[in-house]
Amino acid sequence: MSDLLNMLGLAQSAELLSLSPPGWGGNLLRGLLNSLQIAFGAFGMGLVIGLFGAYGKLYGGPILRDLLAVYTTVIRAVPELVLILILYYLGSDLINKVSEAMGYGRVEISGVVAGIWVLGVVQGAYSIEVLRGAIQAVPPGQIEAARAFGMPPLMLMRRVTIPAMMSFATPGLANLWLIATKDTALLAIVGFSELTLETRQAAASTRAYFTFFLAAGALYLIVTLFSQVIFGRIERWARRGQPSLRGGPR
Amino acid sequence: MIGLRDLLKPHRIVLILLFLAFVVWCALSLRWDWLPKYAPLALEGLWRTIWLLVVTTILGFLLAIPLGLAQAVGPWYLAAPARVFCTVIRGTPLLLQIWLLYYGLGSLFPQFPAIRQSELWPYLRQAWPYAVLALTLSYAGYEGEVMRGAFSGVGKGQLEAAKSYGMRPFAVFRRIWLPQAIRNVLPTLGGETILQLKATPLVATITVIDIYAVSSRVRADTLIVYEPLLLLALVYLVIAGIIAFFFRRIEQQVPSAIQRG
Repeated sequence: MSDLLNMLGLAQSAELLSLSPPGWGGNLLRGLLNSLQIAFGAFGMGLVIGLFGAYGKLYGGPILRDLLAVYTTVIRAVPELVLILILYYLGSDLINKVSEAMGYGRVEISGVVAGIWVLGVVQGAYSIEVLRGAIQAVPPGQIEAARAFGMPPLMLMRRVTIPAMMSFATPGLANLWLIATKDTALLAIVGFSELTLETRQAAASTRAYFTFFLAAGALYLIVTLFSQVIFGRIERWARRGQPSLRGGPR
Repeated sequence: MIGLRDLLKPHRIVLILLFLAFVVWCALSLRWDWLPKYAPLALEGLWRTIWLLVVTTILGFLLAIPLGLAQAVGPWYLAAPARVFCTVIRGTPLLLQIWLLYYGLGSLFPQFPAIRQSELWPYLRQAWPYAVLALTLSYAGYEGEVMRGAFSGVGKGQLEAAKSYGMRPFAVFRRIWLPQAIRNVLPTLGGETILQLKATPLVATITVIDIYAVSSRVRADTLIVYEPLLLLALVYLVIAGIIAFFFRRIEQQVPSAIQRG
């Protein structure tokens, strides 16, 4: 193994990337873990906002609908980087005001929570649009039938709307998940030590820029490709009740 | 588009009044005294943002056409690299790509005396060529995927008809295939261009002074946090609105009979 690396001239890179302290591999993996944690949290928060927002846009009153339209339009037109800064300062200011009013003094906000809050609000706007489109694609007869059987709204949502819209929503949600994983890189700007910032620190202190940036790129790519496989499975599972478009038995 | 009559519904009037009250409150009670001092710098930054957007969109689109063609109809030895390129670009964060090019290439180039002595060296020492390169490649990667679908979506009969009229392959491409492919994906292209606008502030991290960098400098110099950021968000909203308007105008010019046929 080491002979092979020597032959390719990669021995130095392998040493830099090794997991134990002289190498920086451990730092990169820790950064990746942080990134994934935030991506999961933000994606989940986005889904919750998206579900309620989509229902609000479809069935809400005129004021709620207008406010949601403003939210989705503004979030989708302003760069994530700017939103991250605004939401970051706004969030920490609000929390400090509340905690000072309650007499606790200033609190230190953990980077993970701040990251999830910031990216979650951004993801929410995109989720609303994806889920709204998916809910609209459910044949209205199915929802009417459930109503006719006297299902209460929450049960209707849980038993009919969500399962029926899953197949329409999965491609869009898969895209959103990939955006979430890549947007975590932007948190490097506010100094949160996720994968991209860890990479830059490792690269700056060893001067081996290509090695580390390529390694981090490979990590992101692995996450992307792995997610695509998982979402492919979820989509096949969500479509299990639908006839195949190709025709004939599957 | 929302007509005037829609805007005059009672609840909308109340919302608009509330919004105007918010704007007035912002103008009166927030600090704007830094504005005159930084206005020239901000205009320069705005110009740089728009310049970056236009140049990288055009260059990226020119690169996306061969990428899309290679994936749609190319032989495997062209299709495979094109697909790998699009996957890698779309699978890694743009910030990482920018830093890889700027710090990676930037630390590699000085090691070669040939490059240091070449005519290009004064440019390669600055940050903006790396910004242009990274943004162009990124746009090309995303658009290559869009154009793949666009090229394979043009009806085969159209191309055969053009061929049977004796058009040469390049004329078929220029007059029939490309225009129809672009027409089919115009809405997507508009959305992608807004995404590209939202990607431009990342170049501020490699010391290109765009409008975002100007707002960061105001924040660092004066410790005023919200005012520059709010103004910055407004600027991006307006540019995004202009892009959307521009693309809607182009879409309206497309004869719909062709799309239906």
